[in-house]
Amino acid sequence: MNNLLDLDAPASPALATPPRANRAYLLPLIVFVIFALVPLSALWGSQSFILALVTRIMILALAAMSLDLLIGYGAMISFGHAAYVGLGAYSVAILASHGITDGFIQLAVALGVSLIFALFTGAISLRTKGVYFIMITLAFGQMLFFLGTSLAAYGGDDGLTLASRSMFFGSKFLKNDVAMYYVAFGVLLGAYLLLRAIVASRFGRVLRGIRENPVRMEAIGFAPYRYQLTAYVIAGMIAGVSGFLLANQTEFVSPAYTAWQRSGDLIFVLVLGGLGSLHGAIIGAAVFSLLADILSHYTENWALIFGPILILVVLYARGGITGLFGSKS
Amino acid sequence: MSSAPLQLQNICKNYGALRVTDDVSLNIEAGELHAIIGPNGAGKTTLIHQISGHAQSDSGRIIFDGQDVSRLPMAERARMGLVRSFQITSILPRFSALENVAIAVQARSGSSFSFFGNASKEPALNDTAMALLSRFGLAARASVPAGQMSHGEKRQLEIAIALAAKPKLLLLDEPLAGTSHDESQRLINTLQELRKELPIVLIEHDMDAVFALADRVSVLVYGRIIASGSPQSIRDNAEVRAAYLGEEAA
Repeated sequence: MNNLLDLDAPASPALATPPRANRAYLLPLIVFVIFALVPLSALWGSQSFILALVTRIMILALAAMSLDLLIGYGAMISFGHAAYVGLGAYSVAILASHGITDGFIQLAVALGVSLIFALFTGAISLRTKGVYFIMITLAFGQMLFFLGTSLAAYGGDDGLTLASRSMFFGSKFLKNDVAMYYVAFGVLLGAYLLLRAIVASRFGRVLRGIRENPVRMEAIGFAPYRYQLTAYVIAGMIAGVSGFLLANQTEFVSPAYTAWQRSGDLIFVLVLGGLGSLHGAIIGAAVFSLLADILSHYTENWALIFGPILILVVLYARGGITGLFGSKS
Repeated sequence: MSSAPLQLQNICKNYGALRVTDDVSLNIEAGELHAIIGPNGAGKTTLIHQISGHAQSDSGRIIFDGQDVSRLPMAERARMGLVRSFQITSILPRFSALENVAIAVQARSGSSFSFFGNASKEPALNDTAMALLSRFGLAARASVPAGQMSHGEKRQLEIAIALAAKPKLLLLDEPLAGTSHDESQRLINTLQELRKELPIVLIEHDMDAVFALADRVSVLVYGRIIASGSPQSIRDNAEVRAAYLGEEAA
């Protein structure tokens, strides 16, 4: 048996991956090194502007990456993922408005609320398929949006300004934009490694198998629902963390964070960067945000230019930007 | 009470006004290869769907391994050892051949709610999967994405996947469909070996294969079993000849 395996060495995926795998890790490595070095660039230029922009990129990337677990690996096209960003953000703002500024408590609440909302809405949504799943996730997202607008005590439509960023161990170090930057960086890197492990694990393989062919998976004994719901909850909680970071970065929350347009942005980011690669979400978030920033200098109607770009990507670069680099998962 | 591992008791299935399975009762005995034949549209695939749990029966009972599985979903029946293949090839196209089999091994060994550790590098899963691929002559194709294999290879692979799920009884829905002469010869040889290991329900259009393989044959016409018996008795049955074999003779 072993001899046979050796003879077939190039044909055995377990043994033949190293050269390809190295290249697959190169792109995300470059991305993270660039992010790690960005604060240095501030030595030459307008520090706060660049730091804020790239921090927001990383926060957007975190939310999009969690959505990639659903769309890219689980074939669950959620159109309400911004809801979790909103839940995370409001957890910070509402607690802060009551004087609870401890970051660990806020984070625990953000995670807990996201978990409960994902478990509840996922359990219902996952009973539907295809376009109905898209619509029902959209509906749950909008439900949260309108809940936010009706929260008069917490700013309603206008949103809520944070009195201060979260405190950790009684320290206000997050007020420093470089510290804020590296916290977002650390969370993004941590989430990337976590999701990388998950998609390669036994659980992730079942999830990918369900994406490929759910009936085949049932026929060998996997009930898709439990696996999809678990992934749905994981993705929701990670997006909740991105909301926690977003509230801290902008020091402001509003129902607009949960609007369906934001859910659409997340899908746009994924399609642009490439589905099912995780780092595609990061690259997509960077290109999306930079394009929006640059284009908005020239015209107010920058979204008009975005549309055709997305169409071109869908028509000619199905794998998104990462697809152009030839790395697939 | 019969001790037959699979017992169908008066099962029915309607699609709208159309009765697709009409009061089917059948025992699959231990160690037998039971072929179900019948003209197109007789309801053979629907019957397999009902037995495997892919479709629920409207009435009647299905007893597998001494348990009433009539209301269990397909995944649960599969975990009990009631494993099927599909008439239209059903594989994971972007997974390698090895991973297609390894994930079925995974289904029956340990928890799949494990979030760490690279599943594609688990030696226990890969070794079992590789042994199965070798058995079906697919060892050299282990790393090929299943979607890129030839049709005959896919049919072999599908049986390897089914075996990896540790079946106690195998339901095969036209495993020879669309295969070339050589490919089907190879599959028939495979089935000749398999029948020694576990009971098999085989739906097949290829009459040469059916009469070469089957211990017993049941004939399904318009959702009803009109005859059941040894291959020879089926061949000689006048009603069967009229309803079914006559078509071919004509």
